[in-house]
Amino acid sequence: MLPHDTKIVPAFQLRETAYAISREGGRLLAMFANDERPVCGKFVIYCLFSNDGGTVLVKGLLDRDETPEFPSISPEIPAAAWYEREIRDLFGLKPVGHPDPRRLVLHENFPDGVHPLRKDFDTRTPIETVVGGEFPMAGVSGEGVFEVPVGPIHAGIIEPGHFRFSQAGEMMMRLDAKMFFVHRGIEKAVEGQPLADAFYRVERISGIASVAHALAYSQAVESLAGVVPSGRARYLRALVAEMERLYNHVGDIGNMCAGIGFAVAIMAGARMKEAVMQVSDRLTGNRFLRGMVAPGGVRRDIDAATEQAIRTLLDALEPDFTELVGLFRENDELLERMNTTGIVPKQAAFDLGVTGVGARASGVDTDYRRDFPYGCYPDLALSIPVYTAGDVAARLWVRVDETYACIRLIRQILDQMPEGELRLPVPSIPAHSSAFGWAESSQGGVIHWLMTGKDDTVYRLFVRAAAYPNWPALTVAAPGNIIPDFPLINKSFELSYACLDR
Amino acid sequence: MLLDVWRKIITTGTVTRDFDAVVPPACSRGQVVPKAARDGACAACRKCEAACPGQAITVDGEGAHVDDKACLFCGRCVSLCPKDRLEQTAKYDLASLGGVFAGPSPSDTARKIRAALGRSLHIRHVDIGSCNACDFEMTHLCNPIYDVQQYGLDFVPSPRHADLLMVTGVVTRNSTQALQMTYEATPTPKLVMAVGTCACSGKAFGEGYAVRGAVDSIVPVDIYVPGCPPRPQAIIDGVMKALARRIGQ
Ligand code: SF4
Ligand code: SF4
Repeated sequence: MLPHDTKIVPAFQLRETAYAISREGGRLLAMFANDERPVCGKFVIYCLFSNDGGTVLVKGLLDRDETPEFPSISPEIPAAAWYEREIRDLFGLKPVGHPDPRRLVLHENFPDGVHPLRKDFDTRTPIETVVGGEFPMAGVSGEGVFEVPVGPIHAGIIEPGHFRFSQAGEMMMRLDAKMFFVHRGIEKAVEGQPLADAFYRVERISGIASVAHALAYSQAVESLAGVVPSGRARYLRALVAEMERLYNHVGDIGNMCAGIGFAVAIMAGARMKEAVMQVSDRLTGNRFLRGMVAPGGVRRDIDAATEQAIRTLLDALEPDFTELVGLFRENDELLERMNTTGIVPKQAAFDLGVTGVGARASGVDTDYRRDFPYGCYPDLALSIPVYTAGDVAARLWVRVDETYACIRLIRQILDQMPEGELRLPVPSIPAHSSAFGWAESSQGGVIHWLMTGKDDTVYRLFVRAAAYPNWPALTVAAPGNIIPDFPLINKSFELSYACLDR
Repeated sequence: MLLDVWRKIITTGTVTRDFDAVVPPACSRGQVVPKAARDGACAACRKCEAACPGQAITVDGEGAHVDDKACLFCGRCVSLCPKDRLEQTAKYDLASLGGVFAGPSPSDTARKIRAALGRSLHIRHVDIGSCNACDFEMTHLCNPIYDVQQYGLDFVPSPRHADLLMVTGVVTRNSTQALQMTYEATPTPKLVMAVGTCACSGKAFGEGYAVRGAVDSIVPVDIYVPGCPPRPQAIIDGVMKALARRIGQ
């Protein structure tokens, strides 16, 4: 269980402590703050690292009377850059020495001095709207260099984000992204809610990772309550988690072809995704598999007819998918566009803490299902593909291999499905206990950190989706490529904005 | 290679269906309705009202009333009701009309819009705070199963080419300006559809610092399509109701 080790230091020693762990090969998994002034008179900054021995959690304590600042760890740990900007926006704690002083979460329409995740900020406080504010974008200057602004509303049916390309002719020299347009303040919105109620908001953080978020949250609650769901519940959870991975992967593989206009493959991917979603609907009552996972277990059982429907689906999908992949394997026009395009070098993937498909395509061998086992995964035969090229093609092949692995896994889950209670009661949890919960979504690792309040409510929930560390990798992948390849590079990551923005 | 592509196309055949021919499974989570009156009336315990994450339920002397536009279709109320008075059906075609289509008989504007856009409607998607499930269901409208081009509907890359804005999500502070500017950039006559419960009610994530509310708190809305997310058929149903068109007409 996370974390394996905890170090508590005053905030001013955060940098030396973090650097020491990082220099030994530790990798930052997540960083967040919590206003624990009502509990112990302090702000606490949490940094979770993974290392050879497992994980280590560093807690930097900042007394309420101290200047609200801490030494930034971003200069040596680039993965911390966005977390620290977020902490400054939401808590008003300044990362001193941070290389990028811009806001992240709260756009220019928010006035200065609003720090909504502080406990003394009432979420209904009216906030004035700043009109005509500036949000500076990073660029390049020089003769012949020009900028291309794109978004937040894009040409396709996708989520909002603003991209700024600095161009030398067709060549992208730099990419900066302004995100958080769909920031809904979910972490604040669940504060004070009963744990059982907050679940429904958590399940709606992101459509394409509904199961992963529901799982991460439920597992955090269960580890605090000391509940272990029955074998059947754990298998049913894995079933929906793998169905989620499957519909995403086949859809994403098709979608990557939208980046190069290969219509047959786009439509084949879309058709297969629809087939998986229709069976998902039958399994959970929702096409995005909502309504299955719940704290304590699952809300629905599977009947024989549905089980058969899943097996029939897989039997039809497998050869269909193989034919689709056959259209890629030897296709020079397609591979010319994908090979050596949008490379994320292994070191960059490691330094930025990239997770999921993006990491495994760049030679970083990570998968939370194996690295931090949960649910019934220890019983299952996982196969985790790793490619090293770090380009668009590598991300395609990782998804292809994982699609086959997913099909095998779902069959194994159905074969081994044990009997058991669907849902166990969740006993009361003492106030101010905290735990992590996590899951591997189709995009990569999702981490939740939950601290309970009085009477089984949420005191603080921190949500780090896979998109969080992966978005900055896009700004590494794009430069050096031509701008018409950007949609392809972007789709090869297929990152969720809603997951990041929350 | 090209031969393989052709073979794939031909062996796949036609998979496109009429939208209401794709019937959702009976167990899918659709509209919640009070059960027909029989012994054991509503106890007015208000458990469902308190537990509803969408703030969609009000309980009065007659029992529980569910506002479809605010319902997240989670089924929690059904499982908590001690008297078993609520039931979740698979009904998904819950779109309702407002804005230019409000009122029992169509206004002049509504008639003109139906005449001008009835058979060729161009759509621009605007996400201003969704969880992306609503957006993906919109993408699925273009998959070969639903293929909305068969109804004369198509998605366009710019609001300047659009007749209808399909808006998803609660309006966040950070995207308010984008919504306003997109609305202004769309030529009149224009329609706005709130796609999904977030867009319809604005209440799914409470009244937080980051949220301004429902889409109609910022721009006028003509079509409301509840669902979390609304399945592709439900979105098509909304368009058909607005244009007073049904299949076969
Ligand atoms: S289904 Fe869920 S959101 Fe809808 S009325 Fe019932 S509890 Fe509320
Ligand atoms: S209505 Fe539901 S599916 Fe649509 S954006 Fe809101 S939470 Fe997501």
